[in-house]
Amino acid sequence: MRDVLAFLLSGGAIGGILKILPSSALAKEAPRKGKWYGFGVSVDKCIGCARCMEACKTENDVPREPFFFRTWVERYIIRKDGEAVVKAIEPNVEAAPDTSGDRSILRSFFVPKLCNQCADPPCAQVCPVGATFQTEDGVVLVNVKTCVGCRYCIQACPYGARYLHPVTRTADKCTFCYHRISQNLLPACVEVCPTQARIFGDLNSAASPLTRFRRMNKIHVLKPALNTEPKVYYASLDGEVR
Amino acid sequence: MSHELTRTLTELLPQIQGYIYPNEIEVHWGLLIVVYPYITGIVAGAFILASLVKVFNVKEVQPLYRLSLLTALSYLLVAPLPLLSHLGHPERCFEMFLTPQPSSAMAMFGFVYAWYLMAVLLIEIWFVYRTDMIAWSDEESGAMKWIHKVLSLFSRDRSESAISFDHKALKTITIIGIPSAFLLHGYVGFIFGSVKANPWWSSVLMPIAFLFSAIVSGVALVILLYMVITPLTGAKINMKCVDKAIDFLFYAVIVDFTLEFVDFIHRIYQSEEEIKILSEMVMSKLFMSLVIIQVLLGMVLPLGIIGVTKIFKKRFTLNEDLRKMLYFISVLLIQFGIFTMRWNVVIGGQMFSKSFRGLTTYKMEITGIEGLLYTLVLLALPLVILTVLLKILPPWKELREEGKDLEGGTPGTLPATEA
Repeated sequence: MRDVLAFLLSGGAIGGILKILPSSALAKEAPRKGKWYGFGVSVDKCIGCARCMEACKTENDVPREPFFFRTWVERYIIRKDGEAVVKAIEPNVEAAPDTSGDRSILRSFFVPKLCNQCADPPCAQVCPVGATFQTEDGVVLVNVKTCVGCRYCIQACPYGARYLHPVTRTADKCTFCYHRISQNLLPACVEVCPTQARIFGDLNSAASPLTRFRRMNKIHVLKPALNTEPKVYYASLDGEVR
Repeated sequence: MSHELTRTLTELLPQIQGYIYPNEIEVHWGLLIVVYPYITGIVAGAFILASLVKVFNVKEVQPLYRLSLLTALSYLLVAPLPLLSHLGHPERCFEMFLTPQPSSAMAMFGFVYAWYLMAVLLIEIWFVYRTDMIAWSDEESGAMKWIHKVLSLFSRDRSESAISFDHKALKTITIIGIPSAFLLHGYVGFIFGSVKANPWWSSVLMPIAFLFSAIVSGVALVILLYMVITPLTGAKINMKCVDKAIDFLFYAVIVDFTLEFVDFIHRIYQSEEEIKILSEMVMSKLFMSLVIIQVLLGMVLPLGIIGVTKIFKKRFTLNEDLRKMLYFISVLLIQFGIFTMRWNVVIGGQMFSKSFRGLTTYKMEITGIEGLLYTLVLLALPLVILTVLLKILPPWKELREEGKDLEGGTPGTLPATEA
């Protein structure tokens, strides 16, 4: 009993309450030391070949069915009347239909999508058992051994980056290929991208390709108004992309 | 890989309108999560009705007091079941208590639930029934004697000071209980209302709207149960009590309706990024369940019916059977309305893509753990528990005698004659 009282008085409990307010209490910490991983996407370089999707599914044992993706590529066609037609491209399809003769098209482009590895991740905030967590180098991971499969994190992700793995019955998503990057290898999707539309690196390192990418381009992130502070940075991102 | 899941999801593919993120095709929170706020709402609502008697001294609804407490308990016992069944790993659920994440609304709900069950409801029911249980165990023999003995925790004191202590304790617990009931269901609303990624859920009004719809569903259900159970026991329905309870229900529905209306107007007027896809959803996917069932049949129609019985009070007081029938229809409609409200929140929140570019669809299963049959079992289970509780802790004395006292004690205002 005395222990409980001492805990309550010591401020441990108050610390717990403060944690409920993570965006104000945690987001604006001092710059992180050590590695702090991020990702760059050069929208203009993506040719929609879907090799990244294929590589990801193979590397990470993602179910082959077209309902589970750690990364995917969207194709945008903006027509002259302002209508935007969006489609997730399907891997293993020979080529996108030829639209070069279609005069109603104003512009079109591909946008690769993946988990944004938010600095302030809403998925980790809502996880009831702390199975989703942020590593010290800024990657958000799921512990398959403790995840209860409540799917609250899937609801909380604004980017649709999560799914429930049908075999393990736990939440799953992009890990930046954590097993590879911890051995100084590139994530599988970055490795296979033929046009270098995907860039991976340490945000804290002046020499990383990602830092150069962020220096050389005008950068935007997805849904910045939600204050999740994404660490996937897009160059030449169109306003139609959500 | 579950073959069935693939088949279901493949069937859904052609029904997608516009663009949705590829992971969004699976509706993750299905029928079970619809049932969960519905059941929890009844708990909170029934308790609020009980507290009308104890805290606000509304003597007319005294016959409903014990019934509403027992209703609250039987629904509360079932409340965690839909959540548990829905988990991918139900065997790990204890992790929520052992290693809870303080920032997670869902983890904290477990503690709110435990608090409400242990510190409010069970203690209140124990104090209410303590002296009765002592009396029963004195009269009875066999198993029931021992059940009552154990349930009363072998307490024997029926002295005057003990009884007055019971009353004091009851009052205190109810006063703690009201904010606890608010907390219980407000929290359920917060679980949805705090998801900033989902504009259909993310609203400060969500906990309050949930709370008032909870009061509506709880009060309506207790009235319904009272009107069904009382004739079965051979007693007469005390219309003075029902009239008063319907009064409260009427005002609660008005507040609930107003809150939802304010939310609606606010969304339309602010007209943010998501308004296009949300209005498309309401006009297509949710038209039947939201506009027709929830609003028209579940709110406007019962409000109209009860309103008519109020406006033409004199005519309806004479015809008690007609009034009974109208009340009965109203509380049934309200029950359906609140259930579809939960449906529209939970399922509706997953019908549109977070890209705001398309709509998906939900196909209810019949069998299986997420299916309709299991849900019906879950909805029937509280009634089974209630039947058992009514056997062990019968509230009949109160249902009958205190009802009679009221009728006999204050004659005149409402003629209780048979029509």
